[in-house]
Amino acid sequence: MTTDGRGRGGGRAFLGMPRARVGGGGRAAGEDRAAGDGRAAGDGRVAGRARAGGEDPAAFPPFPEAARAAVRDERLRANLRHATSTIRDKRARAVGELADWDRLRAAGKAVKDHTLRHLDHYLLQLEEAVTAAGGTVHWAADAAEACRVVTALVRATGEREVVKVKSMATQEIGLDEALEAAGVAAYETDLAELIVQLGRDRPSHILVPAIHRNRAEIRDLFRTEMGRWGRPAPADLDDTPAALAEAARLHLREKFLRAKVGISGANFMVAETGTLVVVESEGNGRMCLTLPETLISVVGIEKVVPTFRDLEIFLQTLPRSSTAERMNPYTTMWTGTTDGDGPSAFHLVLLDNGRTDTLADEVGRQALRCIRCSACLNVCPVYERAGGHAYGSVYPGPIGAVLTPQLRGTDSGIDASLPFASTLCGACYDVCPVAIDIPEVLVHLRERIVQGGPVTRGGVRVRIRPARGHAAERAAVRAARRLLDRPGALRAGERLLARARRLGFRPHRLPGPGRAWTETRDLPGAPAEPFRDWWARERGG
Amino acid sequence: MRVALFVTCVNDALYPATGVAVVRLLERLGVDVDFPAGQSCCGQPQYNTGYRYETEPLLRRTAAAFAGYPYVVTPSGSCAAMLREHYPRIGRRAAAEGRGSELAELADALAPRVYELTEFLVDVLGVTDVGAYFPHTVTYHPSCHGLRSLRLGDRPRRLLAAVKGLDLVELPQAEECCGFGGTFAVKNPDVSAAMGADKLRHARATGAEVLCGADNSCLTHLGGMLRRQDAPLRTLHIAEILAATQEEPAR
Repeated sequence: MTTDGRGRGGGRAFLGMPRARVGGGGRAAGEDRAAGDGRAAGDGRVAGRARAGGEDPAAFPPFPEAARAAVRDERLRANLRHATSTIRDKRARAVGELADWDRLRAAGKAVKDHTLRHLDHYLLQLEEAVTAAGGTVHWAADAAEACRVVTALVRATGEREVVKVKSMATQEIGLDEALEAAGVAAYETDLAELIVQLGRDRPSHILVPAIHRNRAEIRDLFRTEMGRWGRPAPADLDDTPAALAEAARLHLREKFLRAKVGISGANFMVAETGTLVVVESEGNGRMCLTLPETLISVVGIEKVVPTFRDLEIFLQTLPRSSTAERMNPYTTMWTGTTDGDGPSAFHLVLLDNGRTDTLADEVGRQALRCIRCSACLNVCPVYERAGGHAYGSVYPGPIGAVLTPQLRGTDSGIDASLPFASTLCGACYDVCPVAIDIPEVLVHLRERIVQGGPVTRGGVRVRIRPARGHAAERAAVRAARRLLDRPGALRAGERLLARARRLGFRPHRLPGPGRAWTETRDLPGAPAEPFRDWWARERGG
Repeated sequence: MRVALFVTCVNDALYPATGVAVVRLLERLGVDVDFPAGQSCCGQPQYNTGYRYETEPLLRRTAAAFAGYPYVVTPSGSCAAMLREHYPRIGRRAAAEGRGSELAELADALAPRVYELTEFLVDVLGVTDVGAYFPHTVTYHPSCHGLRSLRLGDRPRRLLAAVKGLDLVELPQAEECCGFGGTFAVKNPDVSAAMGADKLRHARATGAEVLCGADNSCLTHLGGMLRRQDAPLRTLHIAEILAATQEEPAR
């Protein structure tokens, strides 16, 4: 189901693999998750793991290294190719139906930009409205603080288990791990998150976290793992979407009916009314948001919109962009608490965790417009081949490559490699429903890495030094500029090249960084003379 | 009509035949072509890799080289996009950093005069039949910058379709990137090669003899992979097809 992550086609065959989806997940409290962690790199998964307080970037190899393994994993490639191309075509059709798509996109961008420019105002307005409606608002500066707040709230209820709506924000902060450490079992109830949880796996897509798994793998997982967390899957379970969905439905029903605490994120928060919105496909979200006595929602501060009417835009652009649906099956809205209807206690935890720092960057801040639709993942040729795990973050794909290095900084190998994990082909920008110019932000972050520059960290403006490992490249670029800025020298270089190639110098393999080119590609043939010599001879220039 | 040819450094050093083809094609269409010798590299690879400051001297040089020409024509979608989109952006960033408006003024004065070759032919000269002859089966790969930055649309395909003797076949999943991406090709060689292999698989499935593009940098990547496949397919810049005639066939 969804949340930040947003709905996915419940039971619909919209994405090749998990087809059926219903929800649910489970894991016994106190289980040592790390025990099952040593996944074979051969299936495209990498070693890193969420932890309380968020993922540890140091646990992930740089992108090119992780991608190398994924590219060679034929099954992963086939799963991803099938899934992304299916949703890509469907999205294009769903968006093509709307004559005013470009205007909706511009309106969404404008609303988000306006809200971000006045974020302080709208957050205070939201707090007031939520409080007036019977909710309690908590402010969390970072992942650790958010985890502490939520853990304390759950403990205060005396409960030892919670049901969860799919939420990117709670994954970002490693909430499940924090709760586990506090002796609380957090059951994921979104079908794909259930698959991830049962497999002690990592999500690889914002909307479809188990996109790297095919139906046969999921059936095997259900058969072997479900019984360890609750109601087992039928012994004769097959891999048809309906059978998988039914097994998950029965397994999860137990959790829904028993849980006294629900934890969610939100797709939107309305400042004027204090209303939170979760958009989903499976109905597990509706269960988690209405059945428990206590509801705790952890939401990034950029999810606020000023007015209820603003939802008109996003409730059109989000489903079409993410699941390629005109309208998602379930849209749950709640405003504080209502006597005798739904949870009697509601807590909203507003999460910063690097967002205010990101907001301070005038180029990078547009990434905060993101509504987590995942359209950019589905059209990205790099994501399709590298898979989501290579991005070393709960936010994979093009949006992850611009969001993660801003939220986490660029100190680690993975974070410093993410902005380079793109050909800048621009397909992501084309489909983005809030017009985030992802290539522009990528180039901006590359600049930060190779040249250093001003960034905001913890609210303080600092100047970061160029990342390690780019010194030789920097020197080469500087030398090239000196050559290119003097046509006489450039011409001499071109002639030297032509002469060397005429004399038969055409290496099959280059040394050093050039090897990455000649591993798979020949060098172009040598011309007899550069163009400028032809021009001088033929046109007397 | 007088135009300045911005041949680009890649074509100057590695693909002079593309530059020669542009000159012959434009002259055949009655255009007076000049080649300002002060031109060099536009700085795209440096800029896209994060070296904005190293790009600024090249912006100045390029702007000076083409000052005064009403049209600057280039046989590269990505270099055209660099001059048109990124130069003004570099100028604005410099101004925002308190370094004056000089770069912004140079960039803004240059950008509107820059045309990618097929755009110049169709939009400025108003021709789609350029009188070319090329008796081969051709499939066209629309490079990303031409497709999504410049929005060249079907201009290249209309030009190719009007070439006498040419059989144009559609490339499946044409709009997907070939995997070159400048320094991406060496920073992420595995993903780059995987994308290139898929592009070539689609191109070979068309049965075409020629994989045509409007950006020689993408064709360097694809052609370099093709040469290791021993395939009955070769890469060729669109300018060389459009310049070809019965009397002067393409290479």
